[in-house]
Amino acid sequence: MGESQEQFAIRVRDLVVGFGRQTVLDHLSLDVRRGEILGLVGASGGGKSVLMRTIIGLIPRQGGTIEVTGRPIGGRTEGAATTWGILFQQGALFSSLTVRQNIQFPLRENLVLSQELMDEIAIAKLEMVGLRAQDADKYPAELSGGMTKRVALARALALDPPILFLDEPTSGLDPIAAGDFDALIGTLQKTLGLTVFMVTHDLASLTTVCDRVAALADGKIVAIGPMRELLQSEHPWVRAYFHGKRSQMLQHEMR
Amino acid sequence: MNSEPLLLTTPSGEGLKLRPEGPWVAANVSMLETLSRSVGADVDQSRAVTLDMSGVSALDTLGAWVLEKLSRRASSAGRPAEFVGVADHFTGLMDEVRQVNRHTPPPTPAPNPILLRLNDLGKSTVGAREDITIFLQMLGALSMAVIGVLRRPRSLRLTSLIYQLYRIGWQAIPIVVLITFLIGAIIAQQGFFHFRRFGAESYTVDMVGILVLRELGVLIVAIMVAGRSGSAYTAELGSMKMREEIDALSTMGLDPVHVLILPRVAALVIALPILAFIGSIAALYGGGLVAQFYGGMAPAIYIARLHEAISVTHFEVGILKAPFMALVIGIVACSEGLRVKGSAESLGRQTTTSVVKSIFLVIVLDGLFAIFFASIGM
Repeated sequence: MGESQEQFAIRVRDLVVGFGRQTVLDHLSLDVRRGEILGLVGASGGGKSVLMRTIIGLIPRQGGTIEVTGRPIGGRTEGAATTWGILFQQGALFSSLTVRQNIQFPLRENLVLSQELMDEIAIAKLEMVGLRAQDADKYPAELSGGMTKRVALARALALDPPILFLDEPTSGLDPIAAGDFDALIGTLQKTLGLTVFMVTHDLASLTTVCDRVAALADGKIVAIGPMRELLQSEHPWVRAYFHGKRSQMLQHEMR
Repeated sequence: MNSEPLLLTTPSGEGLKLRPEGPWVAANVSMLETLSRSVGADVDQSRAVTLDMSGVSALDTLGAWVLEKLSRRASSAGRPAEFVGVADHFTGLMDEVRQVNRHTPPPTPAPNPILLRLNDLGKSTVGAREDITIFLQMLGALSMAVIGVLRRPRSLRLTSLIYQLYRIGWQAIPIVVLITFLIGAIIAQQGFFHFRRFGAESYTVDMVGILVLRELGVLIVAIMVAGRSGSAYTAELGSMKMREEIDALSTMGLDPVHVLILPRVAALVIALPILAFIGSIAALYGGGLVAQFYGGMAPAIYIARLHEAISVTHFEVGILKAPFMALVIGIVACSEGLRVKGSAESLGRQTTTSVVKSIFLVIVLDGLFAIFFASIGM
């Protein structure tokens, strides 16, 4: 137990999740090591987001156990914001609050600190994700897609949580912005010593920033390991995913 | 291992040596703020500041920033400040924090409150003019759509029209009947209670009949429809606008007014008179029940009195107003829906505006009709 606490940030064992008669995750097991960036791939509608939302407690599970930093997770978790930060696919910024207030929200709700310090921390986070202090008083509706994701990342990191969940962080971004975002995640992960759990379809992200990649098919993790190993996997779905026409072309380009 | 953060100060020669210890993390923020404030005066007085980081067991952005702020406080006054003994795994964070908050924009000066009020007043004045323009534009666009349909009757969206009629007409009947029934009963009860004092109980029937048919039946129903269906229109069109569905329609060469708004407004114009009629009958029925059980008036007498008291004119006055009220509700609801912008908050605001505005306009219109009918002697 002591060893696992040191080594793994997230441990999922025999997880079963379903809606009605349909089983989405079928006795799924997955370990995320402390301090790594794990990419999760899977078919659209195959349960990637369901797995992420189950780990963070948004979807109830039918069976199995989930441990985050050695503590079992059940239902609503108190102090969740200090354990993990979540970047939702559409950003999920609070539309009635400014950028500054969005970033300050977790600080205000969880800590007791002066307004001055809170303002400074908000600007610091904003600059760490590559935005300028002038953007702090904008409303989410005034932001571009890339800026929304950056602000959402700043909010997710407001309390310096040890674990960061990203749901398709580069979807909807142009390749330059997506590349910048990948680099940003890599840098922040090193600086802050984060464990990152990333759901993505972006092959470039998988190759450039992910330490390991897990493939989800038929409700199970069918392959997990560094990108090199996954490319050699014999599982038919994994082969189809990484050796399809599109993927081949991209990988060829990257070489 | 320390479980609480500490900040030890030792004077070294001319300078000051600060030694933070323990976990400098967000969870201990109130202690960190107190600690950094307590040494502020010492930092200001000393010639040089050294921050010995070797005792720090845990550090995050917030802790790093509090320390960085201390060092900046010294260096901004021209005294050297340096960090020593930074553990390897903290160097990245410390370097990062050293970059931030360098270019704080000047705080925007607080605006003059009087000017702010004047600004709001000006804005709402211009806004009122804009409201009228938008109302007229929508009326014009609808008229064009109606002319288009008259030219080519097949272009009318019949399915959509029938569906809207079902939703805002048929499905609204139970609640309309219930509310107007209660209103009719309440008016009759009040009439009997107060008219009884001077023996004019039988005139209660006249009051109920005229009031319900001329004014209350249609007004209550119009207000309910504005709240029930007008708000639904605004929210629907607003969320379509947010998800770019309306833009998609336009790019396919279709006119949103023709496809979305005309069936909705037409359904309202057809349904509201029917609902007003049903509502008036329900109110008269409610009045009749109260007359029998509270006023002791036999149903046959109630009907006979009603027959004497009211004429077709009263009914016409009421029902003639209904389509115009429906048009106002429809135009306000649809144009407010199209004014929704990107955020969820804006959707809520426009829906509220739509209901408030359409109820206000319905009542104003009712007043104008009262003057009109009085002057032509109806």
